[in-house]
Amino acid sequence: MFDETLITAVLVGAIAASVPLMLAGIGELISERAGVLNIGLEGMMLMGAYGGFWVAIETESIWLGFIGGAAAGALASLVMVFLCVRWGLDQIVVGIGVLLGAEGLTSLLDAATFADTRPRIGITARLDIPGLSDIPVAGRVVFGEPYMVYVTLLAVAVAGWVLWKTPWGLAIRATGERPEAVDAAGVNVVVVRSLAVLSAGVFGGLGGAYLSLVSAGNFIPMMTGGRGFMAIVLAMLARGRPLLLAAGALLFGFATAGTTALQLVGVEVRPEIVNSLPFAVVLAALVLLGRNEFLPSALALPYVRGER
Amino acid sequence: MKASDRVRTELTDENADGRASASDRRNGKTSGPSESSRTEKIRRAMLLTILPLLAAILTGGLLILALGENPIAFYGTIIDRGIVSPSGLQETLIRMAPLLLIAAGLIVAFSAGIWNLGGDGQFLLGASLVGGLAATVSDAMPRGLMLIFMLGMSAAVGGAWTIVPALMKARYGINEIITTLMMSAIGVNLASLIVKVWFLTPERGLQIPRTRILDVSDRLPTLFGTRVHSGLVIGLVAVIAVHLMMRHTTLGLRLNVLGANVKAAHHSGLKVSKLIVVTFLLSGMFMGLAGGVEVLGVQGLVRAGFNPALTLVVVPLVFLARMNGWVTIAFVFLLSVLTIGGELATRQAGLPNDFGLLIVALVLIFMTVAEYFEARRIRGERTVWQTMSDRLLARGGAGV
Amino acid sequence: MDAESAGSVKDSIAPLIEITGITKRFPGVLANDDISLSIEKGEVHCLLGENGAGKSTLISILSGMTRPDAGTILIEGTETEINSPRQALDLGIGTVYQHATLVPTLTVLENLILGNTKGATLDESEGRRRLDELASILGTDVDPNAVAGDLALDEQQVIEIIKALWKGKTALILDEPTAMLAPAGVAELGKMFQRLKAGGLAIVFITHMLHEAIEMGDRVTVLRQGRVAGSIGPDELRSEQSERLRDRIVEIMFGSEATELGDVAELHVDVLEDHPDQGSLEKATSDAGGRSIGAPILKLDNVSLEASPASHGLHNINLTIAEGEILGIAGVGGNGQAELAEVLAGQRRVDSGQIHLLHDGNLQRIDRLGVHARGQMGLRYVSDDRRGEATVGSMSVSINLVLKKIGDAPFWRWHIMQAGEIQRNAESAIENFDIRTPSADTNISKLSGGNIQKVILARETMSNPRIVIHNKPTHGLDVRTMLMVRERIRQMAAEGVSAVVISNHLEELLDLCDRFAVLSKGRVIGIVENGPDAERHIGDLMVGGTVS
Repeated sequence: MFDETLITAVLVGAIAASVPLMLAGIGELISERAGVLNIGLEGMMLMGAYGGFWVAIETESIWLGFIGGAAAGALASLVMVFLCVRWGLDQIVVGIGVLLGAEGLTSLLDAATFADTRPRIGITARLDIPGLSDIPVAGRVVFGEPYMVYVTLLAVAVAGWVLWKTPWGLAIRATGERPEAVDAAGVNVVVVRSLAVLSAGVFGGLGGAYLSLVSAGNFIPMMTGGRGFMAIVLAMLARGRPLLLAAGALLFGFATAGTTALQLVGVEVRPEIVNSLPFAVVLAALVLLGRNEFLPSALALPYVRGER
Repeated sequence: MKASDRVRTELTDENADGRASASDRRNGKTSGPSESSRTEKIRRAMLLTILPLLAAILTGGLLILALGENPIAFYGTIIDRGIVSPSGLQETLIRMAPLLLIAAGLIVAFSAGIWNLGGDGQFLLGASLVGGLAATVSDAMPRGLMLIFMLGMSAAVGGAWTIVPALMKARYGINEIITTLMMSAIGVNLASLIVKVWFLTPERGLQIPRTRILDVSDRLPTLFGTRVHSGLVIGLVAVIAVHLMMRHTTLGLRLNVLGANVKAAHHSGLKVSKLIVVTFLLSGMFMGLAGGVEVLGVQGLVRAGFNPALTLVVVPLVFLARMNGWVTIAFVFLLSVLTIGGELATRQAGLPNDFGLLIVALVLIFMTVAEYFEARRIRGERTVWQTMSDRLLARGGAGV
Repeated sequence: MDAESAGSVKDSIAPLIEITGITKRFPGVLANDDISLSIEKGEVHCLLGENGAGKSTLISILSGMTRPDAGTILIEGTETEINSPRQALDLGIGTVYQHATLVPTLTVLENLILGNTKGATLDESEGRRRLDELASILGTDVDPNAVAGDLALDEQQVIEIIKALWKGKTALILDEPTAMLAPAGVAELGKMFQRLKAGGLAIVFITHMLHEAIEMGDRVTVLRQGRVAGSIGPDELRSEQSERLRDRIVEIMFGSEATELGDVAELHVDVLEDHPDQGSLEKATSDAGGRSIGAPILKLDNVSLEASPASHGLHNINLTIAEGEILGIAGVGGNGQAELAEVLAGQRRVDSGQIHLLHDGNLQRIDRLGVHARGQMGLRYVSDDRRGEATVGSMSVSINLVLKKIGDAPFWRWHIMQAGEIQRNAESAIENFDIRTPSADTNISKLSGGNIQKVILARETMSNPRIVIHNKPTHGLDVRTMLMVRERIRQMAAEGVSAVVISNHLEELLDLCDRFAVLSKGRVIGIVENGPDAERHIGDLMVGGTVS
């Protein structure tokens, strides 16, 4: 029952399912660390999914597609940058606005551009690396998957390094806790937060692009299916630590892939149960561990110099 | 409480004191343009709702134009379908029923400063249990009793689904945004499971698993011979009751104090943990009731995977209405018109149905922007445009 | 260069910072009105003035937080615009703000190097080196890896100063740095000033305490209603007697009102030399006449609260307060005062020990009762956190007046609010306590601190109080309201209502109280009767209690 193909399938599936969560989650984590709760992440993912797919189709390049996805996500995050960071408007209202707007816009654009042709990205375009992917099990998992997996893992590592080892990371961490201190230290809070929100857009967009370019091979309206919210929850649970976030995303990935695998071998497991399981586990852990040290104290609070 | 926090609040306090007392001395009293007459109120309402609405319509219109469709025809259809045509208006009112109940649940939660964002799970659990049981129960008891029983059950289930986040918030202070979102995700899955496993109809050949259908004659009674069911009345009563409760009762004031200032709530001797749990329960009950009403009034059954995801759209509406029940009712009506009218208008224009969401998003964003300018105006600050023109003039004029 | 030579050099060259005609208007307030003054190298320049006189605004203009509407700033003779804190820091102007600006979750070192955005990675070794250097100048010892939020308040204050010096190589601005410090800490600060001055630094120092200005300042400028009301130069400061200096400053501060407020100012001003009018004390005791000092109304037996990272807790507190007595709680802030107040009020449960309150003729145990029940028995609490805890800013004055009576008749019947009763209650409070508010419906956040304090005082002392806990009752108030508050406490004591007064200002306690309990690290380390030697006794206890 636990043969090679099955294990391969589970591993590949788990990684494929966790990559978009990791990408979007990293963006959200940075944004939250800087004190901006980005409820519109799902919308940024959708923008990335559509934008990435459109660019990939137009340019016939999957890499340009990813860049396009990142740009589309960043574009959506600009709304938050201007309204929430610069003007201090309510982050939750604007975030939901971004989400709904992105849902509407991507569906509209999809209908306008792909309604007749319904293009797909073929499996050949998905960056198999000849030779290396022939190594059994490990080979397929690691090399049969596109480079994007590496990019994602790299992004996790880099995000951790930036947050803990660089002056900008220090500024981001301080901005989420006490923005007035950052301002007094001569660092522009608006700039720090704007960059953090932009990075949420970029990473959310990349996560979305991964869904359309790699996981599905085409764009479907509303295809993110709540992954943005899952990423928000993961980012909060990770307490601002990128490695914890990656671990959490993998947990979800394995849960998803595990169901599919069990169904393949004829074990009937309700996907509902499996989909709920990670949340239930996390909730149980929260109850057992108690305490709330999760969120930066200035999260979702706009900063205006001289006001408190 | 951290010592450093204490210092900060104290010292900030002192700073604020200084400014306010200085203004006292000069003006003799403190007042703003906010305390004002009827015309001022109307002007405000115009500024904060009508103007953003027009801006959203204009922006949406330009988009439609860009797509090669006729925006006037598009909006004409929305108004015709959403308000003017009798059948369309009925659809609008039908749509309002669950939205109003959700809004009532959110007013309670937000007033108490609790972000219950898990409404979808609470809604769907209420809906699916009612969907699963209503037809069977209606065999056993008269319609009126069955309806009351079912509505009560949906409320109870919705409330029960908030207990975990409520206790986690009350006992450990764990942020409810995370927990309600997670419980919602579990609830959505569980609702689907309930339909698939426990209440699956025995019929063969069904594409999508669903519950037994409730006879139309057993559903919520309709109003005045229309298709509008009495869920609308329940929704209106709920919003108004919550509105009055928040303003005139002890519980309302306690929740408002909790929402405005947790430290003051502790200081005044309020039982904060208990109030948090009560808030969650009330909020969840309205969400669950919304699900029950939707099934008993409109659907009559629940299919696996049913998830209209209504709650998230209502969140910003309630927020923009500042938890005011009457304003919320108006906003919910507006949203329903846009949704129902938008469905037909997009179809006719050959646009995807989701286009309506874009219009709603534009309305939301323009409304918050309007709030921003209004707040600045009240504080007596210059608007961005004024400041910009000042700077341009200064640059041109001074010539330093 | 020492202070002496700096004084002589200043005439020949342009001052370090010279501001002229600075005007800043906030909505409804003219915070700074054509202010001009100069700040010299190697000098401590004190800014004095009542709350709202415009000191903090001036500081925030110098530190780049606020931009003036008019006026110019000359730095060493060149006109300079300071548009952001960054620019101020680049000019070498470091600021210690009134509100804490340390990030509590970061380490000391991280807090200090925050803002240094040059370079790809954090340069911790350079930071450590500079920290050692500054710490040795200041004569303190600092653990760079301690988390800022875990430090005691005076330690945090030192870090704030080091943080300001980090970039502030030419000028150091301090906005009320002594507000949270014990007398020993203030003296320490004075020594730091001397060392920094010797290094040629210019220091701008805001304080409420005249004696601090006189002792530590080389130049004093008094602000009043946004204008420079007058100043005293270094020569005069050095030559005149402190008594006469004080009289002059008081006259400048209050102008024509000075005569009217004569003894007020004395109260406000006096700290160390000739303190409390014994008169008021005698008056209080003689007024007591009928009250039976001796009959205990509140009794604490071994009250304890476990210590936590943020608090010393309380340890075996034994206190008895008699009817009509005013007990002062002295000690450096953060040594258990807030915990004691909250435990007494019922906001916090004791971990062990008992509290008894006189009720219906005998002492009843109350440590299991909540705020509401204790309030009804006559035990009230005036919190020090006016805006953050004691009131709900977004609610009206009238509601805030009944905040602790939610559900009680006659304001609520059958859980329904009786707006008329609440309104009547508010009107009588506004009348009796002289609360200046446009109406009872005005949001309390729009009131000044003094008027908010009156609302709180009205709420806690109306309807039969027996004993009132006052936590820093006059903190940050203007002189008039401060006097009114103290008078009210005294007057109630004369009527037999006891009080527990917690204050950072010894002068205030000496003025008001019959007896003092000195707190240190959550323990009562001594009980002192008020009298001629009380101040010295308390001072000894406080210093002894804090040095360890």
